[in-house]
Amino acid sequence: MKRTEDETRTDGDARTDDGHRADETRSDHRTGDDPRTDGGTTGMFGESEFTEITRRQRLRELLEESVVAPFKVAWSDWRTKVALVLLATFVATAVLVWLHQLGYTVLNDALRLFGSPWQLESPQSPVSLGQDQVGVRPFRDWRYPLGTFDNGVGILSGLLWATPGMLQMILAGGVFSTAMATVVGTVSGYKGGTVESVLNTIVDVAMSIPGLPLVVVLVAIIQPSSPYVIGILITVNVWAGLARTIHSQVLSLREKSYVEASRTMGISSPQIIRKDILPNLMPYVTVNFVYAARRVVYDSIALYYLGLLGGSTAENWGVMLDWAYNVNNALTVSGKSYMILFPMLPIVVLSMALILLSQGTDRLFNPRVRTRHEGETVWEDDTDREVNPPV
Amino acid sequence: MNWYIKRTGQALFTLWAVVTIAFGLAWSVPGSLVDHMVDRIVQNSNIDPEVVRQSIESRLMFDPDASVTEAYVTYMSELLDGNLGYSFVAGQDVSTTLAEAVPWTLLVMSLATLGMFSVSLALGAIMAYREGSRFDLANTIVGIITTSIPYFVAAFLLILWVGHSDAPILDLFPPRGRQPPRVDPGLTLEFVTGALRHATLPALSYVITGYGLLALSMRGNSIQTLGEDYVRVAELRGLPSRRIALRYVGRNAVLPLYTSLLLSIGFMLGSSVVLEQIFQYHGVGYWMFEAINDNDVPLMMGTFIVITICVVIATFVADVTYSMLDPRIKSGDDGEAY
Repeated sequence: MKRTEDETRTDGDARTDDGHRADETRSDHRTGDDPRTDGGTTGMFGESEFTEITRRQRLRELLEESVVAPFKVAWSDWRTKVALVLLATFVATAVLVWLHQLGYTVLNDALRLFGSPWQLESPQSPVSLGQDQVGVRPFRDWRYPLGTFDNGVGILSGLLWATPGMLQMILAGGVFSTAMATVVGTVSGYKGGTVESVLNTIVDVAMSIPGLPLVVVLVAIIQPSSPYVIGILITVNVWAGLARTIHSQVLSLREKSYVEASRTMGISSPQIIRKDILPNLMPYVTVNFVYAARRVVYDSIALYYLGLLGGSTAENWGVMLDWAYNVNNALTVSGKSYMILFPMLPIVVLSMALILLSQGTDRLFNPRVRTRHEGETVWEDDTDREVNPPV
Repeated sequence: MNWYIKRTGQALFTLWAVVTIAFGLAWSVPGSLVDHMVDRIVQNSNIDPEVVRQSIESRLMFDPDASVTEAYVTYMSELLDGNLGYSFVAGQDVSTTLAEAVPWTLLVMSLATLGMFSVSLALGAIMAYREGSRFDLANTIVGIITTSIPYFVAAFLLILWVGHSDAPILDLFPPRGRQPPRVDPGLTLEFVTGALRHATLPALSYVITGYGLLALSMRGNSIQTLGEDYVRVAELRGLPSRRIALRYVGRNAVLPLYTSLLLSIGFMLGSSVVLEQIFQYHGVGYWMFEAINDNDVPLMMGTFIVITICVVIATFVADVTYSMLDPRIKSGDDGEAY
């Protein structure tokens, strides 16, 4: 009984307090000063707790180091702030739609509560077309706030409904291209020899094939329907650029003294790569994720617009552009331009969020830009200026 | 010299790899290629299917019933002869179709590249020179916003703008087609200006959405160069400021952007599939779309190969000329920089 009490106490300490407190309990165990301990058994427990605490501590440190601290720095840049708020809105929208698809009509309940006549409706559900539903102008009928297409699909519903698929594609493409590039770049840079030259040749070929035509041909042959597969197909050669960057980074990193120290100490290569090399590559990885996401947004919308990925239902903003331009002639028939203008909005906002994010993180990760920026602010109120005026 | 040999070998290897990939993709098209084409033709006429099949197979680059290696060998040798197969959509040889279409796409691309680089180099240099001013800030914000607009969205907006404004603009920059109707191709003033006016809107969609990032990086490079010692020394030596701006700052700031040039060539050629569809501009991308819509495999693969060859050649030329422009890059394998 006593033992378990002791265990929960230390456990609680480690969870709620900072490292110092956990250290104290640890030294208590080691010296046996704790009045509540009883002999050898606690020692055993103490040992196991000892490793558990340090692991937890290490995890927290890692979290602090790789997530919290960069986030704080990134948050101090207005561009990252705007980007994260916009992206969070997209994610929230996707979650709402997803909940709706699962049958939880959270948004509709809330809307009803506030007496709103508008309800989130699935554009995929078979609509019994009434005359009042075809080509409704925006801001006229509050069941369709942004109006409808000539096929009766509400534009706002369509826009919202396409969000989850877009985010799924972005996730798949970003993860795939980043993982692929990191593996290929690290292995080729660290291994050297034949492996290096073979992998480098593959990277060279992948880099010089223009992306969209390759994707167009692949999509025509494979005809994918899952958003995850589409995301991966679009980034099928996006990874090459990052792999090249990582390759040259690893080449210079492996000559660093601390890596050489690890090597002389007999630490295995996978461990050196994981502990000494990968953490230094995070900036490139993050920026590439954003780059890949942008490619997925552009190319998937293009493919849906061209009708190469189906397009019978409003499953992508590109499908809606296709309807507006090719079916409803929104660009030439006067008064219909809202059909093409509204689907453009989320596309431009999402891609702007991605660009702002990449610029904000670039300043965060690119030490040269950062020091220059900091140096600039120092320069402003520094007397150095008088002593050593710039010509 | 060694570097040139290596680089040439690399370009040739890439060409071979792309052609092989195209063959692999064509070979793996689901269902029999020839059966599909025969079905399409017999549907529209009452010719004997066997006759159609024989005429198709005679025009195909490889025997679809042969083994993979055999088909690959015939395919490669046909390619080396410049034969890309027969396109049913275009009603003529793929190579003839593409030879006729490529110049039009190149016209749009070179207009776009010219416009994009002149705008962004000038703008970036001025922004760097007036760093921190209201002009700099405003242009940075506008640059970020325009960069966020996908090229196809810009194309829609341009058509919308032209279509909804008064007639003069509509006549000046037609949003459809590639040449004025009833004008014979040739070196006449009417034809040349007509072709240029038709190419303006597609090129403009690239320029509007592409200049922002380039201008921002030109700005960054110029600021970096402005802080270098040799610029200061040049000023101390009392050199005229125009000489400093052009030969000391400008040249060194532009050099890194030379690599963006090759990236933008690949991007433009690739995205022509979408843009030429929007503007109904009959270039390479338009034919690729038509080929996929009608399952015309030879035309599809032919366009893919031609687009990639263009990109590989452009990259090769840019690489070689870059090492001429920047002597620092010449030493051995320093081609790593890009």
